[in-house]
Amino acid sequence: MNPRPDTPYLNPYLAGIGLGLVLLAAFVIMGRGLGASGAFSSTVAWLTNLVAPAHAQANEYMSEYIGDGSTHPLKAWLVFEVIGVAAGALLSGILAGRARLAVEKGPRVTTAIRLACAFAGGMLMAFGAHLARGCTSGQALTGGALLNVGSWAFMLMVFVGGYAVAWFFRWQWR
Amino acid sequence: MMTPLYKYGFFGEEFSLLVAFALGLGFGFFLERAGFGSARKLAAQFYLYDMSVFKVMFTAIVTAMLGVTYLGWIGVLDLDLVYLVPTHLGPQIVGGLVLGVGFVVGGYCPGTSVAALATGRIDAMVYALGIFAGTFVYAEVYPAIKGFVNSDPMGQVTLPEVFGLPWGLVVFAVVMIAVVGFWGATKIERWAGSRS
Repeated sequence: MNPRPDTPYLNPYLAGIGLGLVLLAAFVIMGRGLGASGAFSSTVAWLTNLVAPAHAQANEYMSEYIGDGSTHPLKAWLVFEVIGVAAGALLSGILAGRARLAVEKGPRVTTAIRLACAFAGGMLMAFGAHLARGCTSGQALTGGALLNVGSWAFMLMVFVGGYAVAWFFRWQWR
Repeated sequence: MMTPLYKYGFFGEEFSLLVAFALGLGFGFFLERAGFGSARKLAAQFYLYDMSVFKVMFTAIVTAMLGVTYLGWIGVLDLDLVYLVPTHLGPQIVGGLVLGVGFVVGGYCPGTSVAALATGRIDAMVYALGIFAGTFVYAEVYPAIKGFVNSDPMGQVTLPEVFGLPWGLVVFAVVMIAVVGFWGATKIERWAGSRS
């Protein structure tokens, strides 16, 4: 139970300016943008390498994230950035009274079906992000601000894909 | 020119990981502030009654784009040293479509799922497990689809370069499109909200 009502979300334009300034700081300090999906790749490569090292190192995709063994696979820029994302979100969520265990879903769907959809959506997302060389953060946001051709094509198609199937899944949300 | 600081050797790789954490902190904070730790809020973008995803994303893009443009103009930032993901139109178009479908089915994208799971959303934790599974499957099938993934190589290329337009004109056009888009998005929200 939540003892006090949730703080309203920040005005979208103010939140956007905040995000934009963080992104700008990344460009100015690091010479690169923000990301997320790459951290998942590093983690999967690291886990696979723990369980089946021969298999992981023989895999063309994972071996790039494992490297030559001189550095730990998790000692990667995006892994540290994503740990920061989790910490920053938790901080904001606690301050706003929004941090609590819950399943995000509409009233018409069971928890089991919602979680199955979440898992399937995560799998699709991973595929899409790896095909596109980045996700909403690494491609759309970062590349969008840099006027990257592929990023704008990608971003447009994210909305096309989403709107194309939205009607079929609306029972999940409302 | 003296930035990007990292590319000009102001600090090394170890310190860059600290920078990564600090930037992530800000990123996650504003994602959660915007409401993007909630799948219902995110999915609403696709049902038109709350277009925050579009508004936040485009405001962020415009802010950072104007920032790099002005900093480049006054000679503080060397934009050529900022990394651009290489363009491969085919796989990026297909990837965008698949990711858009995954967004509606799952309710998150990778970055927002991290913000959501950190604030206790169980569906986001399951979603992240899905990303792990999907990444593993992708790595397994990668040799078979490698040809497609690396097709259409255009290199690191920007819209002004491709269309042969001045950088400033494209920046100005994007700002105008965003402003008209914000106005339109608010109209659409009112219309969609009154229908349900």
